[in-house]
Amino acid sequence: MSSIPSELKYTESHEWVKDNGDGTVTVGITDHAQDALGDLVFVELPEIGKQVAVKDACAVVESVKAASDIYSPLSGEVVGANDALDGAPETINEDAYGDGWIFQLKLSDPSQLDELMDAGGYEQLLADEG
Amino acid sequence: MLIQEHSRPGRRATAQAPLTTADHSTLPQALRRKQRAALPEVSEMQAVRHYTRLSQQNFSIDTHFYPLGSCTMKYNPRACNSLASLPGFLARHPAAPESHSQGIMACLHELQDMLKSVTGMHAVSLAPAAGAQGELAGVMMIRAYHDARGDHDRREMLVPDAAHGTNPASAIMAGFKVREVPTGRNGDVDIDALRAVVGPQTAGIMLTNPSTVGVFDRNIQAIAKTVHEAGGLLYYDGANLNAILGKVRPGDMGFDVIHMNLHKTFSTPHGGGGPGAGPVGVSKRLEPYLPIPLVEKDDDEGYHWLDEDDRPESIGRLTAFGGNMGILLRAYIYARLLGAEGMRRVSEFATLNANYLQARLRAAGFQLAYPERRASHEFIITLKKEAKDFGVNTMDVAKRLLDYGYHAPTTYFPLLVPECLLIEPTETEPKEALDGFVEAMIKIRAEAEQEPETVRQAPHSLPVRRLDDVRAARQLDVAWKPAEGLAESNI
Repeated sequence: MSSIPSELKYTESHEWVKDNGDGTVTVGITDHAQDALGDLVFVELPEIGKQVAVKDACAVVESVKAASDIYSPLSGEVVGANDALDGAPETINEDAYGDGWIFQLKLSDPSQLDELMDAGGYEQLLADEG
Repeated sequence: MLIQEHSRPGRRATAQAPLTTADHSTLPQALRRKQRAALPEVSEMQAVRHYTRLSQQNFSIDTHFYPLGSCTMKYNPRACNSLASLPGFLARHPAAPESHSQGIMACLHELQDMLKSVTGMHAVSLAPAAGAQGELAGVMMIRAYHDARGDHDRREMLVPDAAHGTNPASAIMAGFKVREVPTGRNGDVDIDALRAVVGPQTAGIMLTNPSTVGVFDRNIQAIAKTVHEAGGLLYYDGANLNAILGKVRPGDMGFDVIHMNLHKTFSTPHGGGGPGAGPVGVSKRLEPYLPIPLVEKDDDEGYHWLDEDDRPESIGRLTAFGGNMGILLRAYIYARLLGAEGMRRVSEFATLNANYLQARLRAAGFQLAYPERRASHEFIITLKKEAKDFGVNTMDVAKRLLDYGYHAPTTYFPLLVPECLLIEPTETEPKEALDGFVEAMIKIRAEAEQEPETVRQAPHSLPVRRLDDVRAARQLDVAWKPAEGLAESNI
């Protein structure tokens, strides 16, 4: 069973969202997603300053199996991107919820956070997909 | 071993490279190489042995069952090759005038007509040199159509999530924004989701039918109506044309533009990544934009090329001259050998073989991705349960199949089915080959349960074992560098 930290929020497309409490969030892909993709070989990060809306494709992760879009879980401006993934995409496989974070957003509408799934909802989603 | 590693300075193969002394005196100094190119210097015998050895290590349709889903790896009849290799075809210069090219132009014109008739399209261009180029030509024509009408806001191309990756790539190359449409649980496009996203921004939709999940979309008429009513056009990816050849025509389903992979459906070789041929067919309203050249027949003057002057609105040329002639000829001969009746039998036997294989694998306990659906010419099984129970994944099973003498089916595609194998037997396999494949799958599953390491470490019997594809992707380096010492002597 893949790990699903209770303090995070989740999307149906397998991104996790951490509320940093200062109007920004950190986004990555879930343990389940990295496991399904397999060994990652490339990450394309969003540009800082880019405006994104909910469900906009804004980053790409590529494994030997497939290239997958990462969708923005929320609307806002990209204020951070994890440059350490450049040349070390395997960090996402090793630590999906920590050092493997992908980008940070400054939210334009923090109330959107309430529309995301909690850990229980995501666990149910995985069970349904299973 | 690479051919370069056989190289020794001064070795020659006169058959491959006659030794001549070229005069370089007129070449500007700035354009000349500072050192010799690191080309292999080998004898004729070494070259022959090297490539013969490589060919023996290869898995090919001439040696093995090759059920690579979505690729239609059917047998390539020898007649197509030998007739396309007649000296009159082979020795023709591509710039030969029309008056000296009536024979080959007659073949191309007939091929245009046969493709029109079997797809139900109004006109066909043979120019695109590959499937992906045919796709690009298709979406460029959609763009040209909207632009010619001043409809510049139609910039969104709809692509189902089951689509081939080339579809969104082609759309983006043609300047569109891609919007994904989800697939429903039964394998058909989610029609409600489609209705929710069409609008005045919709340029068109790119569809494969039967889709990459191996089922015929039963809502195709509703999809066509929805997209057309919104002002968009329908693009048909011909990847799976083999399933419906001679039975259902994309033109009758409502498609405005189609590309065909002659190297799939019309049995031209897939070897080495090319050359391919990806002709495009269009409805009447898109005809002015077809890529040139086209072959036209004139009762007085015979066959002649249509070019820029005849088709000023064309999206233009995609290749020098007339496309991949050798491939077009092979497809032409294949189509002539089959005839209209033969084309129907292609799709009948392709779907019969797929459904037989699907039924046998299901009876053997393998899980189908869409168990309530009939297969088209291909189908998907998911090894999710085996991966969970035995810790042996789809790639392990695929590698183990090689040991049993079967090329693996397509793995991990389409992306929406986990641990999947996409299996396409094609019409050219006999029942014994299908039965043998099922037996191998049953054996491999037993191995996965009893001795999983055997499967995880496969292949065991091939010239190379499991390659480190992760490292190859992360540290990509495909440039050959000469060994120490050899480099010096080459300068």
